[in-house]
Amino acid sequence: MLEIRNLQVRAGEQLILRGIDLSVKPGEVHAIMGPNGSGKSTLAHVLAGRENYEVVGGEILFEGNNLLELSPEQRAGEGIFLAFQYPVEISGLTNLYFLHTALNAIRKYRGWPELDLLETQVLVRDRMKLLGITEALLGRPVNEGFSGGEKKRNEILQMAVLEPKLAILDETDSGLDIDALKAVATGINAMRHPARAMIIITHYQRLLEYVVPDFVHVMAGGRIVRSGGKELAAELERTGYAWLPAPEASLRELEI
Amino acid sequence: MSAALSLPGLAIEDWLAPFLPLERTLRARGPGWLQALRGKALASLRGEGFPTRRSEQWKYTDLRPVVAARFHPAEPAQPGDGDIRLAAALAEQPVVIINGRPSLPLPGPLDGRLIPLTEAWHQHSELAGVHLGRYASFDQRPFVALNTALFEDGLLVRIPAGSLLEAPVVIVHCAVPHGQPIAVHSRTLVLAGRNSRAAILEAWQGPDGQPYLSTAVTEVVLEQGALLDYTRLEQEGSEAFHFSALDARLERDSHLVSNSIALGGRLTRHEIGVVAADEGACCSLNGLYVPVGSQHVDNYTVVDHARPQTTSSQLYKGILDGRAEAVFQGRIIIRPQAQKSDAVQRNRNLLLSQAAVVNAKPQLEIQADDVRCAHGAAVGQVDQEALFYLRSRGLPIEQARRLLTLAFAEEVLERLKHPLLAEHLRQRLRERFGRGQEG
Repeated sequence: MLEIRNLQVRAGEQLILRGIDLSVKPGEVHAIMGPNGSGKSTLAHVLAGRENYEVVGGEILFEGNNLLELSPEQRAGEGIFLAFQYPVEISGLTNLYFLHTALNAIRKYRGWPELDLLETQVLVRDRMKLLGITEALLGRPVNEGFSGGEKKRNEILQMAVLEPKLAILDETDSGLDIDALKAVATGINAMRHPARAMIIITHYQRLLEYVVPDFVHVMAGGRIVRSGGKELAAELERTGYAWLPAPEASLRELEI
Repeated sequence: MSAALSLPGLAIEDWLAPFLPLERTLRARGPGWLQALRGKALASLRGEGFPTRRSEQWKYTDLRPVVAARFHPAEPAQPGDGDIRLAAALAEQPVVIINGRPSLPLPGPLDGRLIPLTEAWHQHSELAGVHLGRYASFDQRPFVALNTALFEDGLLVRIPAGSLLEAPVVIVHCAVPHGQPIAVHSRTLVLAGRNSRAAILEAWQGPDGQPYLSTAVTEVVLEQGALLDYTRLEQEGSEAFHFSALDARLERDSHLVSNSIALGGRLTRHEIGVVAADEGACCSLNGLYVPVGSQHVDNYTVVDHARPQTTSSQLYKGILDGRAEAVFQGRIIIRPQAQKSDAVQRNRNLLLSQAAVVNAKPQLEIQADDVRCAHGAAVGQVDQEALFYLRSRGLPIEQARRLLTLAFAEEVLERLKHPLLAEHLRQRLRERFGRGQEG
């Protein structure tokens, strides 16, 4: 489904990703772990199509097509979804209407008939049950005044409504208490499907206790330095990231 | 303000000439106090002339296009299609005022509370004589003076003490041009009795493509404990010059909510003057302006905290496209005796084009020490983070931009108490900032 080959990405003067290779097949859940500054979030944003990054080498194929040629909205239409680490607050736009507009934009892209607001509402209510999201959240402006947990649940709700082929969850577990973490994990697990792949980006192993990955990758200094099965996450929890090259070292290397 | 008196005004006699026969007729018509008021207005206009941009209050609005044009008194006329459409969109039983003259009979259920000014200045001289012209000063306000000298009729809205008006009073002022460019003057006096509750919507409307001048003066008195939700919708024609003034006096514990929506016109200015005249008086002033093309819209507010524990809160938002220009000047005065007062002023502008210009200027005159006063002005473009967020959810970039633009206006729209008006405005904004049912 997703093939990343020797991906090199620059932000401003700095090379952030320095040759990423990753292959993701339908139904698989990949966890990408690593210390702050290792390039995990950059990878997530490059996949979603953020424009502040410059791809200077390598390629990304999604279902055989060159992903880098597509705009963010085309990528969403093709089935890519990014759950944001910091979901954006949009005052003046209600959550339900946002979901409705997004859902129809994607349906339109795929040539499917659009839903009316009532049909969207039925679908959204159904998905909300998975996540324990209260009805009140639907009528409120997108993420405005939401608690950290509500924001992350709202991201998962969007994923559940938009039903992507590839979901990228960027630090969805950060800043959550244990109840919110469990609720989010329940939502993610409910979305696991033989046709859907997930990339879970996280600093900690915590979320992976509830959402068990098929593969775990460790990123450092803009590269995947180790890959393994789910047991690698537990090992990292014991050893920490101290054995990795320090970020300072990798930066110095860059200047050479 | 008095410093401006020495400024040379722009030539006025030629400009005034077409109005002088009407002015003489009007002066012979009303009671003595009204004749005196009109005489003072005309004298003020002649004395000051039109202000130039050297005047502090007119720093960002150039009146030369108005001065260069010649206008003539507006004759009685029949409403146009656009007038009827707007009136029908806003209310089941609107009061329609054509070229400054109320269409009679006035709507039934409110009869007795709505009185044409020509009737009021004779039969309710005790009210009209006390209040009319008392709050809307002429100083550096040529169009208030002009309006006062030349208004032919208007409306007195009396909200009896203790009463609660369920339905909003909707007044639609229509400019119906004929022959030479006309000048239309609308005049309203609102007297809200003790502990009354009411909502009033005044709208101004005219045809596109025809130059005309529209002046509007609304004076409002809120007696103790009264609450008034007052909304103005300015939807003048594309070549119109529109100058409005809302002057309100707030007695003890009264509360004024003002919503000022500016959509139309070539050059428009909307002045609001509020005097919080007694303890506990409170006002919320909200504004939305959305100039496009080469429209120029100027909002000028003055809130005078004259007594202790008075509160004011202002939120003005603008969306500008094309080569549009917007001005927001907000003056807050807190008098020495007005301790424990609280004033907040926010002005936010969204620029959709590089050629659009905003001039935002707060003027704070704080003469008391134990007060809270906060202000902020911001000018920016569509938020890039939000734009990416929406695009990542599948929205094409233009649709995402449009949705964020409409969302920006929503903060003001959701404060409107008139569901019909809010819907009307959402429709107008969708038309203005891009088509599509999805917006």
